[in-house]
Amino acid sequence: MPLTTAPNIPDPDGFYDELLAAHAGLTKDQSDALNARLILILANQIGDRATLSQALAAARGRA
Amino acid sequence: MTIGATHALTHVLYPYTPVPAQADPKPHHHRVLIIGAGPVGLATGLDLAQKGTPVLILDDSEGAGQGSRAICFAKRTLEIADRLGAGQPLRDKGVVWNMGRVFHGKNEVFTFNLLPEGGHRNPAFINLQQPYLEKFLVDRLRVLEAQGAPIEIRGRNTVTAVSQDADHVTLAIDTPDGPYTATADHVIAADGARSPIREAMGLSFKGRVFEDNFLIADVRMKAPFPTERWFWFEPPLHSAPQSALLHKQPDDIWRIDFQLGWDIDRTAELAPGKIRQRIDEFLPPGTEYDLVWTSIYTFQCRRMDAFRHARVLYAGDAAHQVSPFGARGANSGLQDADNLAWKLDLVLKGHAPDALLDTYHAERAAAADENILNSTRATDFLTPKSEISRIFRDAVLTLARDHPFARAMVNSGRLSTPSTYDGSPLNGTDALDGPARTRPGSPCPDAPLASGYLLDRLGGSFTLLAIGCPPPACPETAIPLRSLTLADADLTPDLRARYLGHAPRALYLIRPDQHVAARWADAAPDVIRTALNTATAQPCP
Repeated sequence: MPLTTAPNIPDPDGFYDELLAAHAGLTKDQSDALNARLILILANQIGDRATLSQALAAARGRA
Repeated sequence: MTIGATHALTHVLYPYTPVPAQADPKPHHHRVLIIGAGPVGLATGLDLAQKGTPVLILDDSEGAGQGSRAICFAKRTLEIADRLGAGQPLRDKGVVWNMGRVFHGKNEVFTFNLLPEGGHRNPAFINLQQPYLEKFLVDRLRVLEAQGAPIEIRGRNTVTAVSQDADHVTLAIDTPDGPYTATADHVIAADGARSPIREAMGLSFKGRVFEDNFLIADVRMKAPFPTERWFWFEPPLHSAPQSALLHKQPDDIWRIDFQLGWDIDRTAELAPGKIRQRIDEFLPPGTEYDLVWTSIYTFQCRRMDAFRHARVLYAGDAAHQVSPFGARGANSGLQDADNLAWKLDLVLKGHAPDALLDTYHAERAAAADENILNSTRATDFLTPKSEISRIFRDAVLTLARDHPFARAMVNSGRLSTPSTYDGSPLNGTDALDGPARTRPGSPCPDAPLASGYLLDRLGGSFTLLAIGCPPPACPETAIPLRSLTLADADLTPDLRARYLGHAPRALYLIRPDQHVAARWADAAPDVIRTALNTATAQPCP
């Protein structure tokens, strides 16, 4: 299952809004913790190790 | 100067006794000399002696040292002990456990059950103080000795110098009656993590240092806790250790282990009053207990570049060191012994070339790397090394309360399992459409037969195991090769699942350490001979 980088979320603006809303009212520490939990939950959903490695590489970008 | 260790012993097992060789100006020669009578040295000695290869074990002490030290012994260790004739006392004395409980702060995160697979003679783990293991191995040694097996152990014999040339090793040995010299075809250095022999030979032992101190307190108490492994991340204590462990041993002894961090005052922390303060806060109020053994340890994950240096072979902690999380220290050392003894035996008897000893390094260094990898990962989880690693660690622990997927990521030590020697030069053909777990290189899993268990029937020499077929035609070979044909009644569902899978029949060539060398649906004698040659590092014809 290759990493999907083409648009795949039907409602990108709505999702982005919901993502930020999930962080509303949180301190930096709480937001960091939420992000970490979210990454772990999404990673488990993907499951496929090769796809996860591609996602990590994509996230690291050209830096 | 006092020669040899004189620290307090749990069991005096081999008191110093002068031997005639000490007074003889001409050095006595030995086939195999083992330095160190810990579990690894003793197991290697027992294995060699049972095969008829003479062995002398030297130790600077007179018995099993004080303190529980290693306490978790895995199934594979019990299987090896069974082959050495010392399994029963370990099972009788050890505490069997299967359940673990993980806490984070005040909350229980989850429980796990090792769910040991059925159809094995041995449990997944027993807890037992290391001095008992050493005592039971020495008890077995005395039985063999009485039967005339070529094995001897000498206490308070301290090796002070080692040198080797093309055909032998020379050891300078000090005793309470003065020094003497001995020579040997081969020396096994099983003298522990600080290995004086490794130091004397100037060999490096590099790896990663973990900047952390752990306090062990073994206490004797009548406690209502179940026989489970309890592990706390960030236990809710004012004394604020980063982690804590509670685990049962025989004789009402409990192991308590506190992770203290790096910048500590060791002397202050070891004061009994300070230790009691920590334990009082940890145990339910009013619990009465005695301090039996306390120690502060640090650890490194490291191994030698080469486990073999010509005629000197390193085994156990002398060759590799891991963190205690996962019980991969003593258990992997016993697997070193298991791997080395049969190879040395065949080489010394002229049945295999010297190159077979090189495969000891090849197989066991790969196993050490696997253990170091597992141990390092556990340690990184226990002690997050950066802010972000702590954020993820805590996220895993938080999620684990409600979500099973995160429990798989909680790592308080991945418990020791034996290494499969994938890629070993000794592996032969895999010509069976059989289960992956019994591919060449695998340690044979136990399985129930019509009566008794498979591993007990395999013994300690090369074995041609026929399953679901008549006895095969065996090749003529110099190397002892047993043939074992299971009766139809022995083909229990567990045995079929582990050795046949979908295949109707199988032939397995099994090494003396009960690892699979090769397997086939069927094989002609010359094919079997080729696999046996491969498994013993014989040059290609």
